[in-house]
Amino acid sequence: MKADSELSKKTALHSTIPAIYRSPGDKVFKLIIFTLSSAIVLLAAAMAIILYIEGRPAFRAFGHASFLSNTVWDPVAGIHGALPFIMGTLITSFGALLLAILPALGVAVFTTEFAPKGLAQIINYMVDLLAAIPSVIIGLWGIFNFAPFMREKVYSPLYFWATEHAPGLLPVLGAPSNYNLTTATIILALMIIPYTVALSRDAIAMVPQEQREACWALGATRWEVMSVAVLPYAKPGIIAGVLLSLARALGETMAVAMLIGNSNRVPFTLFGPAATMPSVIINEFREAVEHLHYSSIMAVGFYLFVLTMGINLVASAIQRKLMLKKGIS
Amino acid sequence: MNIRYRYLRDKVILAVIVALTLTVVIPLAIIIVYVIVNGISAINIDFFTQELGSPSRAMLGRPTGLMHSIIGTILIDLTALVIALPFGLATGIMMSEYPEHVFAPIARLLTSTLNGMPAVLMGLLAYALVVKNTGGFSAFAGSCALAFVMMPIISKSTESILKITPWSLREAGLSLGLPRWRVTLSLVFPAARGGILSGVLLAFARAAGEAAPLMLTSFGNNYLTLSMSKPMDTLPQRLYSLAISPYRNWHAMGWAGAIVLLLFVMLTFLIGRITVQNMKRKARRLSNNT
Repeated sequence: MKADSELSKKTALHSTIPAIYRSPGDKVFKLIIFTLSSAIVLLAAAMAIILYIEGRPAFRAFGHASFLSNTVWDPVAGIHGALPFIMGTLITSFGALLLAILPALGVAVFTTEFAPKGLAQIINYMVDLLAAIPSVIIGLWGIFNFAPFMREKVYSPLYFWATEHAPGLLPVLGAPSNYNLTTATIILALMIIPYTVALSRDAIAMVPQEQREACWALGATRWEVMSVAVLPYAKPGIIAGVLLSLARALGETMAVAMLIGNSNRVPFTLFGPAATMPSVIINEFREAVEHLHYSSIMAVGFYLFVLTMGINLVASAIQRKLMLKKGIS
Repeated sequence: MNIRYRYLRDKVILAVIVALTLTVVIPLAIIIVYVIVNGISAINIDFFTQELGSPSRAMLGRPTGLMHSIIGTILIDLTALVIALPFGLATGIMMSEYPEHVFAPIARLLTSTLNGMPAVLMGLLAYALVVKNTGGFSAFAGSCALAFVMMPIISKSTESILKITPWSLREAGLSLGLPRWRVTLSLVFPAARGGILSGVLLAFARAAGEAAPLMLTSFGNNYLTLSMSKPMDTLPQRLYSLAISPYRNWHAMGWAGAIVLLLFVMLTFLIGRITVQNMKRKARRLSNNT
């Protein structure tokens, strides 16, 4: 903020200074920089426009409303409804978010307020490293280690228990398959935790030290300082972070495509295969020879774009509001 | 409230928080150990010197490897970096050095939203723009897709690094009568070079692990090719097809590929991270002194 006002003062001076400052260098540099950086605007615009244009045949054939609400996706019959994938995306993403929120907050609180500095740094490094592991490697681990383990040790026993004691649960659980909704959701949770941690860590670090000291001076315990003075103050930042993590979860592709089993038969069951918007793009795009099939996949991409764009915009609006508040106080 | 109860609650909550932290850290350790153990036993000299070939080659026990994927990854990623770098750097400079311009907030908003966009959409875009217009899957289309992924990351990291270089530096330059472009290029940029480079490295590492955009653009290839206009193989997308293939030998090769990719990504990540942190510490010290 301070820098801004200083700079605007500088630009105000600019008009009155001698010719040497008004050499063409500045103008040329500015022109180059601004031309090159307009690429980012073009990229965003191109994504919206081109995905829409490529998806238009599908919109024309089915109409937006029935494309979004039809549960049948049958490329052979030429019927394309995106609802199964939208449902799959929403279920896995919100499920992953629910699973991820508490551990992520735990890590953020532990590293910022409780842990000794060295340990906090090591944990931070490890969590950030988790974000750097390529999605496809996590998918590989899931296929060969995690999914078989979960099926043998968790899903099957649960399913057999349910057949004997709670048959009412069976339609919800579904027959345990190797790759399924729950596995994908857990893996997804693991993959978005680093983002949630990093963003809530930043939000907690932005809380002024005085806030904590005042609370300490009243004789609060560590947890009371946390719950009374720090977390309420950091709440909007944490919410923005959670939204950004949600956007990540919606778009996560490879690991989910490898582990969800790819079935668009609704209703999905917890232990049965499902599909998401990114996973259908990856799985069917290369085989889409029919023009309608191709443009339906593009249309799914367009709605995925709209969804993530919307969430990102809301999150950054919250963050900007926060920045302004911080700038004033 | 009883003081002993309050202390007890404090301890219980600390225990819960530590347990939550462990649930995050332990799976990470498991993944890394699992990849390394499986990868080391699968890696051999053929892996680096042979191409994959047809499935029968592995079934018959003839030597196969992923040399073509490693070379392809390097080629496609470097081309992508060359495409993305000027745009990314320029956007970063624009956002930090011309914050008064009306364009800056728009670029900032779009940069952060594009950063959160799924990479698979970049693949769809590159398909519609490049593959459709050039008539086929090609390594160059893959480079374009990855360049789209890198661009917002590079501009964001460049902006944040330029922002923490001390303002006194710019003021000193301007007071000497240097025009703004000289201040940016000769004073601010050299001071921030290390940080900018490591930001670029992080973007590179992130893009190097992306499989989704490449599956829609560079497609993959079982044999070595050096032509950017042909389908080319890359490690991440090859890992995907090895993992879902039915051949046991190919699964083992998948692990070997995973360890190579993981080590590469982890190494670049660590280098980038450490440089950025040193930069930040230095900047903080400088701003404390003045």
